[in-house]
Amino acid sequence: MAKVTMTVNGKAVSAEAEGRTLLSSYLREGLGLTGTHVGCDTGQCGACVVHVDGKAVKSCNVFAHDVAGASVTTIEGMANPDGSLSVLQQAFQDHHGLQCGFCTPGMVMTSAALLAENPHPSEAEVRHYLEGNLCRCTGYHNIVKAVLAASGQDVGAIAAE
Amino acid sequence: MPKDNGIGAATPRREDVRFLTGKGRYTDDINIRGQLYAHFVRSEVAHGRIRAIDTAAAAACPGVVQVFTAADFAAVGGLPCGWQVTDRHGKPMQEPKHPVLADGKVRHVGDPIAMIVAETAEQARDAAEALSVDIEELPAVLDMKAALAEGATKVHDDLTSNLCYDWGFVEDNREAVNAAFAAAAHHVTLDLVNNRLVANPMEPRVAVGDYESHSDMTTLYTTSQNPHVIRLLMGAFVLGIPEHRLRVVAPDVGGGFGSKIYHYAEEAAVTFAARTLKRPVKWTASRSEAFISDAQGRDHVTKMELALDGDLNFTAIRTETYANMGAYLSTFAPSIPTWLHGTLMAGNYRTPLIYVNVKAVFTNTVPVDAYRGAGRPEATFQLERIIDKAARQLGVDPVELRRKNFIRPDQFPYQTPVAVVYDTGNYQATMDKLLAISDHAGFAARAAASKARGKLRGFGIAHYIEACGIAPSNLVGQLGARAGLYESATVRVNATGSISVFTGSHSHGQGHETTFAQVVAEMIGIDAGQVEIVHGDTSNTPMGMGTYGSRSLAVGGSALVKATGKIITKAKKIAAHLLEAAEGDIELKDGKFTVAGTDKSVDWVGVTLAAYVPHNYPLENLEPGLEETAFYDPSNFTYPAGAYGCEVEVDPETGKVEIVAFSAADDFGNIVNPMIVSGQVHGGLAQGIGQALLENCAYDENGQLLSGSFMDYAMPRADDLPFYKVDHSCITPCTHNPLGVKGCGEAGAIGSPPAVVNAVIDALHRAGHSHITHIDMPLTPARVWAAINA
Repeated sequence: MAKVTMTVNGKAVSAEAEGRTLLSSYLREGLGLTGTHVGCDTGQCGACVVHVDGKAVKSCNVFAHDVAGASVTTIEGMANPDGSLSVLQQAFQDHHGLQCGFCTPGMVMTSAALLAENPHPSEAEVRHYLEGNLCRCTGYHNIVKAVLAASGQDVGAIAAE
Repeated sequence: MPKDNGIGAATPRREDVRFLTGKGRYTDDINIRGQLYAHFVRSEVAHGRIRAIDTAAAAACPGVVQVFTAADFAAVGGLPCGWQVTDRHGKPMQEPKHPVLADGKVRHVGDPIAMIVAETAEQARDAAEALSVDIEELPAVLDMKAALAEGATKVHDDLTSNLCYDWGFVEDNREAVNAAFAAAAHHVTLDLVNNRLVANPMEPRVAVGDYESHSDMTTLYTTSQNPHVIRLLMGAFVLGIPEHRLRVVAPDVGGGFGSKIYHYAEEAAVTFAARTLKRPVKWTASRSEAFISDAQGRDHVTKMELALDGDLNFTAIRTETYANMGAYLSTFAPSIPTWLHGTLMAGNYRTPLIYVNVKAVFTNTVPVDAYRGAGRPEATFQLERIIDKAARQLGVDPVELRRKNFIRPDQFPYQTPVAVVYDTGNYQATMDKLLAISDHAGFAARAAASKARGKLRGFGIAHYIEACGIAPSNLVGQLGARAGLYESATVRVNATGSISVFTGSHSHGQGHETTFAQVVAEMIGIDAGQVEIVHGDTSNTPMGMGTYGSRSLAVGGSALVKATGKIITKAKKIAAHLLEAAEGDIELKDGKFTVAGTDKSVDWVGVTLAAYVPHNYPLENLEPGLEETAFYDPSNFTYPAGAYGCEVEVDPETGKVEIVAFSAADDFGNIVNPMIVSGQVHGGLAQGIGQALLENCAYDENGQLLSGSFMDYAMPRADDLPFYKVDHSCITPCTHNPLGVKGCGEAGAIGSPPAVVNAVIDALHRAGHSHITHIDMPLTPARVWAAINA
């Protein structure tokens, strides 16, 4: 065990971690940031996605020690400073882009990374970018719609409430 | 009237805020001071005899507190089965023992053998490497028909065979059905497989057991769809803990789809360990563990037959199904291929004679139980596939063949030959709606455009019926259920008018916190923000049966309406007293009580305050307070129905199928929140399309699970699926529940698989591959290519 220090959601933090401790465990168990979820053990589901130095990363595929000193953003750091939902989070609520909520943190983090790279993605680009994030509830319809809406595109023509 | 958040409003979900900000509280987010961690050592072989387990080395590993094996559970019960099916000959099914930890034999890959409890999760996992288990491997029983052959290896040595039951429904119709086939002008036959699936809610199962010795209180936090049922099963049948000393909490639960209905070994094991060690014990499943320990779904092998007369009226249906139970009977497993499958075999059609035979079989595989739709997708798949085959074989339009045989709107209530009575429906209307929203008329032009691009386009139709809210309790009791199927609600009006609702239903994605509040707000005429919905904790909710089978609004919502009705009745009495008027003259509108025909009124808060500060109150006639509980036991199932249309493009070079459009026209009865209903349909469609094209739970010849992770089990991803067109404007309200609602949670998964397969077959036939009458799901590129090139 050794202390690992990094910046999480703008605050300097540190917690004990074994060499094998994954970033997802470090965040959840070490820091109590349980918004980051673990839905698989093969790096497939994307529920654990966080941003490391601005890039979307599956936190179950990274050792905490390997990102010592990095700046990490988790779902807990995505709301506006006044605590209100960000444009992207609000779009997920407005368009019913979540049901059980378990994949949601990863979906929001991945979508935020997409919009940072590509502020006006096409439907196909959204679907392709979210390919590494599994959702079992929504059939993706309203997730894709929410991301398009968050990018400022008119989603009125997309069927169904 | 609360227009923006009452019944019918697409109110945004209040639960979303916590989920979107990382503030949800799922079971794995719960850590209790002094907590230990459990790790299960599981069988690596499908079938074997346990010669010896040596726990010494594992027990000596750093941090290990205790290693539990079957011997530790000798004094407790096994996992109970909640439904006893009676076979064709009037005999009860064969019901094997289901020990918490494998006792003597292991019967599937993943069968838990030992539980290691240690100070940290890593230490428990490390110690597993040191546990020595000596197993004599036995031949694995996998193929269902082979399992029933004379002399087959038995999964359970103490049973007479691998046959759980041989069920006939309706047995008395058997000969009449055979006679109808003998007399039929046309006889269509289809052999098909309903592929085994893994539910895979995104949250793996978690259980945390906690025991307070000073109060003798045991608490289990678990990922459950029905905490009261778990309390009853685990308390009464496994561990012998009376309900008042046992609390079960299912907090935020990350999806269920059926797989979190059942009482699982790990729940009992961590609770037992917590009571033994007097410390909290937590277990969190990895996804790999979920694949070998969560109950799986479907897995039917069926011969389906349809008889028609010379005018193309359906005259009889005969089916023979082999249904895989897996190695043990999961909680409700026996009911799925029987009462949730045979009873739906009439579909939307006027077939006068039906005989369903189901042979349930034990194999060395993970237990199989309800998965979204549960029995109804299997029935719908058989029916809608064979109707399509019949249409093709007889040269008629599949839409017209369906229309010709639909139960007519004037025939409701309709008694089917498979016991159930449909209360309402209008199947021509949903079919009309589907053809309109899917632009069926424009298909030919689209097909031509596809052809020009070298693609084969096809259109597939399916019409389904579902039975939701299985009930009533006295009927299901006769059918073998060992539980009631009512639902409960307590409505607690607080002194200043806000309302806390305690429901026996459980939300794990369905949005009850929003929709249930809409119902109460509408009835009283206050803002939904005044209403809080509490669920998931046996210590504060009335005994309820939980959420599955699309029952929450139809059954739980009805209990809620009933309890709120009692509140209104009492509130009117209080208002009558305050207004010095007769109770019969009091009207409640928009949260205000008025004496009819006058301007005398008192508002909601005036009444609620009087109830709790009863200074001016009819104490001689009425108790203070404003809190009511209701239990609702429905008189019948509800019967949602709908028409689904799938449009595909098949690449003839690779066999790859792309869903280019999918439309769904459903009749769910009245709708409380159309946004949430659409979302439920979307999710169901994705799971049904997943079954049809991608998902398959595959075992090799030794019983090793080949599809044991998301690397091998193809979950539908965002780029596998289109935007869907969904419509629920065709409404025939349910006639026997107060909201007129039917249930929408499973429809998508029920109606879509046959629509997809029908579309692919259609595309192939249009391209001249008329030798292809069926391809088993999933329709992978390899299977489609092989069919084209056969």
